Amino acid sequence: MPRRLAIEVKNLWFKYPESEEWVLKDINLEIEEGEIVAIMGENGAGKTTLIKHFNGLLKPVKGYVKVFGLDTREHTVAELARRVGLVFQNPDHQIFASTVLEETMFALKNFGWDLKKAEERAVKILKELGLYKYIHTSPFMLSGGEKKRLTIASVLVYDPDILVLDEPTVGQDYGQKRRFAEIIYRINREGKTVIVVTHDVEFVADYIDHVIVMAKGKIVAEGNSTEVLCNDEVMKEARLLMPQLGLAALMLRKHVEFRGNFLRLPIFIKEVRRWLNDA
Amino acid sequence: MRAIRIEGVSFKYRGSSEWALKDVDLEVEEGEYVLITGPSGCGKTTLCRCINGLIPHFYEGEYKGDVVLFEEIEVSKYEPYQLAPIVGMVFQDPESQLLMSSVEREIAFGLENLGIDRDEMRRRVEWALKLLGIEHLRNKAPYELSGGEQQKVAIASVIAMRPRILVLDEPTANLDPASSLDVINVLSDLKRKLNITIIIVEHRLNLLAPIVNRVVVMDKGRIIIDESPEEVFLRKVDMLEKIGVEVPKTCLVYRKLFEFENEEEMKPPFSPEDLVQVILNAKKVSNRS
Ligand SMILES: Nc1ncnc2c1ncn2[C@@H]1O[C@H](COP(=O)(O)OP(=O)(O)OP(=O)(O)O)[C@@H](O)[C@H]1O
Ligand SMILES: Nc1ncnc2c1ncn2[C@@H]1O[C@H](COP(=O)(O)OP(=O)(O)OP(=O)(O)O)[C@@H](O)[C@H]1O
Ligand SMILES: [Mg+2]
Ligand SMILES: [Mg+2]
Repeated sequence: MPRRLAIEVKNLWFKYPESEEWVLKDINLEIEEGEIVAIMGENGAGKTTLIKHFNGLLKPVKGYVKVFGLDTREHTVAELARRVGLVFQNPDHQIFASTVLEETMFALKNFGWDLKKAEERAVKILKELGLYKYIHTSPFMLSGGEKKRLTIASVLVYDPDILVLDEPTVGQDYGQKRRFAEIIYRINREGKTVIVVTHDVEFVADYIDHVIVMAKGKIVAEGNSTEVLCNDEVMKEARLLMPQLGLAALMLRKHVEFRGNFLRLPIFIKEVRRWLNDA
Repeated sequence: MRAIRIEGVSFKYRGSSEWALKDVDLEVEEGEYVLITGPSGCGKTTLCRCINGLIPHFYEGEYKGDVVLFEEIEVSKYEPYQLAPIVGMVFQDPESQLLMSSVEREIAFGLENLGIDRDEMRRRVEWALKLLGIEHLRNKAPYELSGGEQQKVAIASVIAMRPRILVLDEPTANLDPASSLDVINVLSDLKRKLNITIIIVEHRLNLLAPIVNRVVVMDKGRIIIDESPEEVFLRKVDMLEKIGVEVPKTCLVYRKLFEFENEEEMKPPFSPEDLVQVILNAKKVSNRS
């Protein structure tokens, strides 16, 4: 059974009001409900500009963007934001409350939740992201990575159908990234769609299978991470670097027949070990 | 010459109940390229703030210990602007650092404050724009830039001042991988040509591990490891994994595939090329025996 489209982008063109240049040039894109997708590509490619269209913060100059069939030009950000949670690239553009707990509860209060329930929910999420000890602290006193996690918490908390995260792994250590990946897997199992904008090639290699690559306002590749991230031409065009194990696997391909996703460490090790042990 | 001496430094932010730094000692020689890493919230940025004087001059709190630059400049006795020609800092949040109405002016601003003459200023601005590959952005305002573009401008404006010590707090966090590599190479070049001392904070270590000459790992406000990258990514892997610090995957594969070999001969591969070489050699050896 074909799944519903969570996001549909059709012939999207966009430029900023005071600028001559087109920042997005004829973008076409479909993301199905229940997918986890990474959007990657060089600085200034237009990734942030594109995802700001998904909750209506920016509106197409030409073409259209639909969210579960709703045309973003015909709906307010407030309406769309309930279904599409957007975590900004720069946490300071998002944070404004005076404590971590208030920041996290803000959306729930807005949606008219019972305060006690809202607090319970916020506390649960803050614990998951290792921020519980800061609940009464000012967000502006957090470290860079902690601030980023707070902005993730304050969107996760209201359980949007589509979660869009702009550079979520920035400032995160390896342990935090793994915890974050577990969270997106969990909400994905609950049917949510997750869109991650990132430069973190190794994070994508570890956790995300479906990749979209942008360069100069266009989508230049889309597909499975093992194919897209190991395509030298695409990587060069989008100023990305191949994942370490991808490059190693390409060089070993003459000898080792890799089965499964060789970008994942356990599989890479298993395949190489098997070959080493072959007589 | 000792570029930085940090002795017994502890710091507790006002309004916070925990010490962000606990009795930290660190000595860095002029011309070293030092990587600082550690879990989110462990005190990396706080340590950087102690080197450029934001602590104790700007951030309030309880401060103990000494930071001395080039064996005579006690950071706590100088105002941050007096330290500017000596220590340049690229902040973790680049946008907060950008104050001017255009990229060009932003880079010129720091130079003006150093009292550098017009011709030299113009040369340095062009040099920095070119070094970071952002000539095409020269007339843009900071708010018209993408996240990565802002980060490049912040780096350019600090590099243009050519401070003797460069402190960079996650300077590649928002850069695409090719630009990250460019920046890391530019820094190596500056170190070689101008003998600049570099302190760089990062979580992603793939690109830096083969380049820096020292890796300092912090956890909970303390320095827990301070060794060469080879030593750290060979013998301290378990510890790094335990506290949640990234280890380059090539080093992990190496550890897991070859853990029973003679320890003395082990050298962690930092590039996929090196890893492949080790694997192919291992196969040859096992075929021969
Ligand atoms: N408010 C704005 N006004 C004018 N131009 C802008 C504005 N915001 C972004 N741009 C330009 O649009 C282009 C795309 O920016 P965008 O922020 O979408 O890039 P990005 O792919 O997210 O890059 P990064 O990886 O650096 O975050 C860039 O060239 C940028 O300079
Ligand atoms: N301005 C501040 N006021 C109060 N506490 C602060 C302030 N800045 C940081 N802290 C706290 O001090 C500790 C160390 O923070 P610091 O910013 O040095 O960490 P970090 O290692 O740089 O982390 P990250 O990798 O997330 O940037 C954290 O517990 C943080 O919450
Ligand atoms: Mg962006
Ligand atoms: Mg920090």
